[in-house]
Amino acid sequence: MPVKIETSGEVVTAYLSGELDHHAARGIREDIDAAIERDMPTLLILDFGEITFMDSSGIGLVMGRYRKLQQTGAELHVSNTPPHIYKVMKLAGLEKLAKIEKGGDGRESHQ
Amino acid sequence: MKAINECRMTLLSRSANEGFARVAVSSFIAQLDPTIEELSDIKTAVSEAVTNCIVHAYRQTLGKIYITVSIYEQRKIRIVIRDTGCGIEDVKQAMEPLFTTAGGERAGLGFAVMESFMDKLQVRSKPGKGTVVTLQKQLSLRAGLHE
Repeated sequence: MPVKIETSGEVVTAYLSGELDHHAARGIREDIDAAIERDMPTLLILDFGEITFMDSSGIGLVMGRYRKLQQTGAELHVSNTPPHIYKVMKLAGLEKLAKIEKGGDGRESHQ
Repeated sequence: MKAINECRMTLLSRSANEGFARVAVSSFIAQLDPTIEELSDIKTAVSEAVTNCIVHAYRQTLGKIYITVSIYEQRKIRIVIRDTGCGIEDVKQAMEPLFTTAGGERAGLGFAVMESFMDKLQVRSKPGKGTVVTLQKQLSLRAGLHE
């Protein structure tokens, strides 16, 4: 399973793992959306700590969840972002939609 | 310019091949001992180009994706990703960040990522004929690695 989901009160946390590309995104999206609909969180945390690769399909996933959460006014956080994945998020300007917390080895990404 | 080494592959436009394509390209380039960041940039750019073929070029169909990786003198690499799919009507518009024809789950950032993670991106397309994406990158010239 590329995503493990935990709900605690009004917070849903999705722990993503492996390679997040167009191929993997569909299953991950379906699992997260099912949890959003079931648990109606006020905060969704997408944890990228175990993601080893991500292309712009991951950006699409974050943007799509942001739009879905907007319907209920819920908030979106992105956490434990490894440096090479932060680089893709920064290019997309994702920090305008979600609070992004860096993780990994703590190294700043070089542009 | 003549390539020192070259690798060609043909893949069916199945999404399971996205991972294979980027790993195969990066494995071939590994002989140049690139940095982890260079390798990660190349994998991301290849993934974007191959995903475009699957999501756009062969949207309702299954077709072939042709990839050529060439290594030149002075640690220059070139990756050509070609399809014979639907083609792009307006390449300039397609290359604008956030433009997409694929709907809500696509960010419209494929070309922006390729452009930013590689040194050079060229896109040639003919509607109904297909698209050729050429990616180029100069790997860092590292001390002690000159041939």
